Amino acid sequence: MSATLPSTASADLVIDVQNLNKSFGDKRVVKDFSIQVPRGRITGFLGPNGSGKTTTLRMLCGLLTPDSGTGTCLGFDIVKQSDEIKLRVGYMTQKFSLYEDLSIEENLMFMARVHGLDRRQERVKEALERLGLYERRKQLAGKLSGGWKQRMALAASTLHEPQLLLLDEPTAGVDPKARRTFWDEIHALSAEGLTVLVSTHYMDEAERCHDIAYIAYGELIARGTAEDILKTVGLVTWEGEGPGVDRLSSEIGTLPGVETAAPFGTTLHVSGTDERALDAALAPYRRPPFKWERTAPTLEDAFIHLMGKSEDNFR
Amino acid sequence: MTAVSKPKSFWATRILAVLAKEFVQLTRDRLTYAMILMIPVVQLLLFGYAINNEPRHLPTAVLVQDDSTFARSTLAALVNTQFFDITHEATSVGELDELLRKGEVQFALTIPGDFTRRVARGDKPQILLEADATDPSATGAAVSAASALPQYALTRDLVGGMAQRAPKPPPFEVVVHRRYNPENITSYNIVPGLLGIILSMTLVMMTALSVTRETERGTMESLLATPAQPIEVMIGKLAPYVMVGLMQTAVILVMAALLFQVPMEGGWIALGLGVLLFITGSLALGFLISTLARTQLQAMQMSFFYMLPSILLSGFMFPFRGMPEWAQALGTAIPVTHFLRVVRGALLKGEGLSTLWPSHAALGVFVCLVTAAAMMRYRRTLD
Repeated sequence: MSATLPSTASADLVIDVQNLNKSFGDKRVVKDFSIQVPRGRITGFLGPNGSGKTTTLRMLCGLLTPDSGTGTCLGFDIVKQSDEIKLRVGYMTQKFSLYEDLSIEENLMFMARVHGLDRRQERVKEALERLGLYERRKQLAGKLSGGWKQRMALAASTLHEPQLLLLDEPTAGVDPKARRTFWDEIHALSAEGLTVLVSTHYMDEAERCHDIAYIAYGELIARGTAEDILKTVGLVTWEGEGPGVDRLSSEIGTLPGVETAAPFGTTLHVSGTDERALDAALAPYRRPPFKWERTAPTLEDAFIHLMGKSEDNFR
Repeated sequence: MTAVSKPKSFWATRILAVLAKEFVQLTRDRLTYAMILMIPVVQLLLFGYAINNEPRHLPTAVLVQDDSTFARSTLAALVNTQFFDITHEATSVGELDELLRKGEVQFALTIPGDFTRRVARGDKPQILLEADATDPSATGAAVSAASALPQYALTRDLVGGMAQRAPKPPPFEVVVHRRYNPENITSYNIVPGLLGIILSMTLVMMTALSVTRETERGTMESLLATPAQPIEVMIGKLAPYVMVGLMQTAVILVMAALLFQVPMEGGWIALGLGVLLFITGSLALGFLISTLARTQLQAMQMSFFYMLPSILLSGFMFPFRGMPEWAQALGTAIPVTHFLRVVRGALLKGEGLSTLWPSHAALGVFVCLVTAAAMMRYRRTLD
């Protein structure tokens, strides 16, 4: 499924790829993947584990060669001009991939040199200050905690002032406060005109993106803003309250008409696309001590629904 | 409630658990598995047949100034010892000397013009056997075989009136000159050789680990995402080790001179160029290994796999000429072989580029081939 965002001049597409395919052995990780990303937007890249997010990001920045498919990144051919792309793209890997036996400053200096930047001392100092790393600049990267490592990786991947930033699950394993600061920084960079493609598992982060691309089993399933996606999916969601309601999830989840039944704390979210079937399924539970209320479906409900659907297609 | 089996009765199961796990892991790591099986087979076959501490059929040049039956019999007896193969017949002392100096022959034999006359007269003439003794172990057995020649070489020719001249005392003498290492000091040969072994051991392994380390630690992904080109990465990674190699060379040479009194006859330009080529070649080889190995452990194993033939087939430990031809051909492919010729030639014989250049050329070819292979193998993507 290819989704073009409306009112976008094609000249201003930072990423424009068609029918990318990639297999490892006999496992097809990315299937006929097409996507367009307009300049200056923060696009969230969502999908379950092993859905091909990392592989797609790596193909976009020239770290992997697609088996087939064509496209451009910043106007350069992703297969033939990966050198040009590498000069203009910042890529932050999922696993920390800077030198643990170098200090923060030395790592940044390495990046500055390898990108052939001018005014290296100045740029490194600016980056250190901007991300609050200046006091720690002499610390070895290996000794840093997750949050600091992540900031340093962001500094390293933005040092050469890229036009496109690819972030692969940048906030995995980072505490909420550090995540908040990180996202503030991403928005600040975006306001300066940087285009960001960020893969994540966190729903609150998905909501902080301008657009979302949902990928499952190597295929793009949904594309658009959070509201767009909720509207397309068209879920009806009931929230149940009452003692022990959360323990009914496996029982209710198997009923016809119910697509997902997921406990949220002490409440239970039951969703389905067919309103009448859902009502019928829930009828036996509409009794004390349970209390049911229509609620707006969350992105998470929508994604769990999408995941379940694509799984069915996959099998 | 029935008692669950007591923990101590599990010991066999637990051992089995670990054993089965280890075995599965071993089979997953194909390369290690292959090495475990291949190393003993290959190396036993290779070195078992190749190494010969008492080399025979050593190339020998002769200068016969006395074309006579006695001279021919002496030569025949010499060849019959199986230690000598006459490969060159020189026409002048200068030619003989040059063959020995260039290392084309191991021995040079001179039979003087008045040989027959003096044997007949019974005044015990001398024939001169000059040996290239830079490698004492190559010449030892052959020299003693040659020294026994006078006892029997002419028995059949000394007939009739000359029978009275038959052995005891022997009719002539073999005078042996051990050139380049007159005192037969093994360390003169071993210490310069060690320079090659130490350099390749440290340099190959250090660089072999350098790229694999990046892959293993995950930093390769960042490095590949940068605009750095393969050749830039290679030069950047190798340059510091060139300095390390030069420092090692300096330390070893100073120690060789001070502690072992190894003669330093000159040939400094040839030596310097050889050292530089050899260091570069070893580093490039390490880099190539690191593009083949997936883990640092594999890189280590491959380095060791390379080290054994470097020690055993290069002429470092055992005489090069003592090996069968196929083993000599293998040895020729190893850079240490050529480096040893340069080091020994320069230090012990004082040779310069004019005679040692073929070894330099071989090292140069090695550097180019290995660098090209490393560049082809170096992956620019994570595919």
